[in-house]
Amino acid sequence: MTLIEIKSVSKVYDLGEVQVRALDDVSLTIEGGEFLSIMGPSGSGKSTLMNILGCLDQPSDGHYFLEGVDVGELDRDKLAAIRNKKIGFVFQGFNLLSRTSALENVELPMLYNGVSVKERKDKALEALRIVGLEGRELHKPNQLSGGEQQRVAIARAIVNQAPIVLADEPTGNLDTKTSSEIMEIFQKLNTESHITVILVTHESDIAHYSKRIIRFLDGRLVKDEPVVGKDGCVC
Amino acid sequence: MIDLLWTIRIALRALRVNKMRSALTMLGIIIGVGAVIAMLAVGTGAREQVAAQIASMGSNLLIVLPGSSASGGVRMGMGTQPTLKLEDAESIGKDCPAVEAVAPIHNGNAQVVFGNQNWSTGVQGTTPSMLEIREWPLAAGRCFTDDDVKSAAKVAVLGQTVVDNLFGGIDPVGQIVRIKKIPFRVIGILEPKGQSPQGQDQDDTIYVPVTSAQKKLFGTSFPGMVRLIMIKAKSLEEMDIAEQQARVLLRQRHHISPRQEEDFTIRNLTQIMQTAEQSAKVMTYLLGAIASVSLIVGGIGIMNIMLVSVTERTREIGIRMAVGAKTWDIRFQFIMEALILSLMGGIAGFVVGVSGSRILSALAGWPTVVSILSAVLAFAFSGMVGIFFGFYPAYKASLLHPIDALRYE
Repeated sequence: MTLIEIKSVSKVYDLGEVQVRALDDVSLTIEGGEFLSIMGPSGSGKSTLMNILGCLDQPSDGHYFLEGVDVGELDRDKLAAIRNKKIGFVFQGFNLLSRTSALENVELPMLYNGVSVKERKDKALEALRIVGLEGRELHKPNQLSGGEQQRVAIARAIVNQAPIVLADEPTGNLDTKTSSEIMEIFQKLNTESHITVILVTHESDIAHYSKRIIRFLDGRLVKDEPVVGKDGCVC
Repeated sequence: MIDLLWTIRIALRALRVNKMRSALTMLGIIIGVGAVIAMLAVGTGAREQVAAQIASMGSNLLIVLPGSSASGGVRMGMGTQPTLKLEDAESIGKDCPAVEAVAPIHNGNAQVVFGNQNWSTGVQGTTPSMLEIREWPLAAGRCFTDDDVKSAAKVAVLGQTVVDNLFGGIDPVGQIVRIKKIPFRVIGILEPKGQSPQGQDQDDTIYVPVTSAQKKLFGTSFPGMVRLIMIKAKSLEEMDIAEQQARVLLRQRHHISPRQEEDFTIRNLTQIMQTAEQSAKVMTYLLGAIASVSLIVGGIGIMNIMLVSVTERTREIGIRMAVGAKTWDIRFQFIMEALILSLMGGIAGFVVGVSGSRILSALAGWPTVVSILSAVLAFAFSGMVGIFFGFYPAYKASLLHPIDALRYE
């Protein structure tokens, strides 16, 4: 079964006289275990697609099949349940809860699917370990660097064993060195844990950490090609 | 279903972020609950005091006054035209089956002197049955007897206030006091009773045989005259019957034809006092209800702050939704915050209310009683206020669109 199937999806915003087509008849298939980047200028529709992929928004037209289920039919709470179990988000601005420890931030998704207190702690610690933040559990976001905060965000995204991680410009607020550390984590998650990673970026260097690049322009999917490695290999 | 304990922790933490704001918000509830508790305490205290005073009067009491019912309220004093006789009382006692006991009263004010102390008090001439009717035990000595009444003996039973003012520490029993310059021997002292429902000091009195009062102290307009008659009915249920029996008897004795107006009035003392007690109860609830208005105001304060809080934490709500919080999860979180605010305010308000009533007691002398019921009520009420006024902000929060919420600056 294909993990993600986007069939002729459009997203239209009605602004009175003008209709904005954020997405125009987009079709796309993503298999489990892929690592892909979505690139394009502002307004090209990449963020809109991410929102739809992440079940934060519904398409105006077309269908989005996630693990064979048509997401367009589902109500708010069912979408929330999918986000909880199937999708992990990583944002450019980290979006951690301030005044809350790293551990509690990572535990957050588990609050909403009834995991016991003990299990929550264990799983959160494990997720932090995977992203290399062992020992920093009790620090609050204002005590962590940008890169460390993003690691916490990644830990939160994987703590519920979601098969998909969506990252919207995850390195946008980070310096070059930290950016590559973060991208290496994504690669590790993809190769070792077989998590499907979908990335939005406008930086080519970042996109080349992934294995497939999709380009958007004016709401349309214009290019879809695998990443060719420096030594010419198709990864 | 979100973990309850965790939600409470999160709510407490959110409140702790801005302690000043939380405290000010709680203030409305604290004042509201404090006011309700204090008002209920004052009302209950008053009610219990009234009940105690009523109990101290005696039970199942009827009072017969001279003059028609066109005249005044319940007054232990003179009617416009004296029409009652000692023999009326004796007759009522003998011929009315529903009457348990009857006592005539012939009274007035008099100066009482002992040694170099003097005191002005109400002296009541009556029969020994009076003590039974008033359910009034003796602290020392004895009461006068029917023989004393027959012989108009100059003996007296003193109330505690009279004793305190005339005798200091000396034992009054056996001593001679002068009532209106006439020597009376003190044969007994009454137990202290406190204030009557009308606010008079019941212990400021002296009982003497009715005949002594008639012949030696106050005189009579006609032979055998008494100022009023007290009747005790056999039971609460028989009070109306006793009243009826006494009325029929007196009409007969006074030769009042069916169409004529009576020259006496019979009042159901117990009924009057029960009505007073009922009024006190209503008053209590009224006070409580008025105080509750401030609780509502407190609730509005909570709603206001919660709305601000929701707006401030829009991004946080977005994050929670993004990781899988459902509509109910968000609502529950904010309702819980409002609830904790109001319950904490309720507890603090309870403390304020109790202290407030203590202070009122000390300063104004009002009796106050804080009942468990009022505490439970106030607590429950504050909880309901929290949930009710917290609901709208929570509802608003849950309707946010995750994407918009995440983008909120």
